[in-house]
Amino acid sequence: MDEARTLVAGHASGSALVLDEPLSFWGGLDPATGVVIDTHHSQRGEVLTGRVLVMPSGRGSSSSSYVLAEAIRAGTAPAAIILRETDGIVALGAIVARELYGVAVPIMTLGEAAYVALRSGMALQVAASDDSASVASFADDALGG
Amino acid sequence: MDLALSHDDRAMLDGSHGAAAKLAMRILVEMAHVWEAERLIDITSAHIDSCLYHGRAGLDFANKLVEGSARVVVPTTLNVSSLDLLHPELVRLDAETAADARRLMDAYVSMGCRATWTCAPYQLPDRPVFGKHIAWAESNAIVFANSVLGARTNRYGDFIDICAALTGRAPEAGLHLSENRHARVVFRLEAIPDRLLRDEITPTCVGHLIGERTGTAVPAIVGLPADTDEDRLKALGAAAASSGAVAMFHAVGITPEAPTLEAALGGRRADREVVITARDLRAARDELSTAGPGSIAAVSVGTPHLSISELDTLAALIDDAPPMVPFFVNTGRDVAAAAERHGSLERLRDAGVSIVTDTCTYITPILHDVAGPVMTNSAKWAWYAPANLGFDVVFGSMEECVRSAALARVWRDPELWGGADG
Repeated sequence: MDEARTLVAGHASGSALVLDEPLSFWGGLDPATGVVIDTHHSQRGEVLTGRVLVMPSGRGSSSSSYVLAEAIRAGTAPAAIILRETDGIVALGAIVARELYGVAVPIMTLGEAAYVALRSGMALQVAASDDSASVASFADDALGG
Repeated sequence: MDLALSHDDRAMLDGSHGAAAKLAMRILVEMAHVWEAERLIDITSAHIDSCLYHGRAGLDFANKLVEGSARVVVPTTLNVSSLDLLHPELVRLDAETAADARRLMDAYVSMGCRATWTCAPYQLPDRPVFGKHIAWAESNAIVFANSVLGARTNRYGDFIDICAALTGRAPEAGLHLSENRHARVVFRLEAIPDRLLRDEITPTCVGHLIGERTGTAVPAIVGLPADTDEDRLKALGAAAASSGAVAMFHAVGITPEAPTLEAALGGRRADREVVITARDLRAARDELSTAGPGSIAAVSVGTPHLSISELDTLAALIDDAPPMVPFFVNTGRDVAAAAERHGSLERLRDAGVSIVTDTCTYITPILHDVAGPVMTNSAKWAWYAPANLGFDVVFGSMEECVRSAALARVWRDPELWGGADG
């Protein structure tokens, strides 16, 4: 995957949270709180709510789409998700949540060079439409603290 | 990439087959774009994971389908749920969650799915055969279908599983396509003592290691004994789909698409080769344990659900060493019925073992009175239970689990691990 590509369309902005390794939402994310609970994950305890979640891919369980949809319903989900590899199970959760609740959580993939330049805490703006996908960083104060 | 839809696909998308088929087809089309599929293909069976309750969203989705007159068009089995309908006293969910979990189960049965409630649909009669396209969810079932049966399923998640069942269609992408089924990474088992190589714990540890190290690529394993049986391949796949996102593996000389390493690789060279030694297996064992040697408070086996032959083996081990701590066995209701006829279930019950069906001890509150580490021979249970349930885990072989349960403390097989162990 060399280019940015939209998996689920939408626009969102937020502070980046870059995960060093893949996360399975099922068993790894508490949809009631938005907290990473995977005991094997080095970033256990991080809160995903409202963040632009950046991770290589999902992992393992096929229930992850359900858990992401539930987090979107509960208002604890990330604002957007940027992946290095296409992950259908992650995309599916956002697609179904949009069908059910009309909430769009954009999901996109990003090429290697742009992906590795992302750092936790960067203020990011994700614009994912059917024909293009982009991510831009802007000054922290633009988020409005 | 353009998606070419058939006449029937379009009819469903237009709503001619009802509101549920329309919603299902809309989601399939969107997923076809995600996976860059050029068309949809017919599937011959589906296995649904969406019936396991994780909150209101899944029930909202199922209710929407039921309101749209949903009816499956291919044979469809159901994964574990949050409840044990045959042994309801075992599960202690709060009343509201239990009621919603039951509504979710009823919704999927009302769509025409079979009430199988097992994560091991490959243990049922009429399982898919080599080369057939299917749409299965549940990570361990996906990896088993692709690797051991040679059936073809992509890594389907909750929601798209039922969309495929309601339409009989799936995006032609991923592991439906021959070129994506070839191995890219080779794992070689080297210098592993024969006793360890032949124990059931080895394939499980190998699965854990390949899951960690292969990413989403298809791995090929060289060096497993030629008589490695389905139960062990099940454990291997479940471990690999927990520590990683493995949806298919080749065991060279064992699984149907890997008569040789060259066949597994599809005639190409591997991107990477990794050697697995006895030291790696030992490290995997310890990585899957959050507690060291010492007392244990319970044992849980059967994640994925135990087969009839595993229940027979367990009954024979338990005859010699009845448990002194609570001992839980997870299995499917159809397998349990067969084991009842074999007599192994009665022997287990007589020894004080709790038989859990329809659900699993790592996804719903069953081990409620247990205070202390839990031992298991399942890498999947060991991987998820610490976060799901808050338990410490000790991972070992089936025999180690049984003998530890009899002692109420961890017993390690000195012949397996070279004696230097506690």
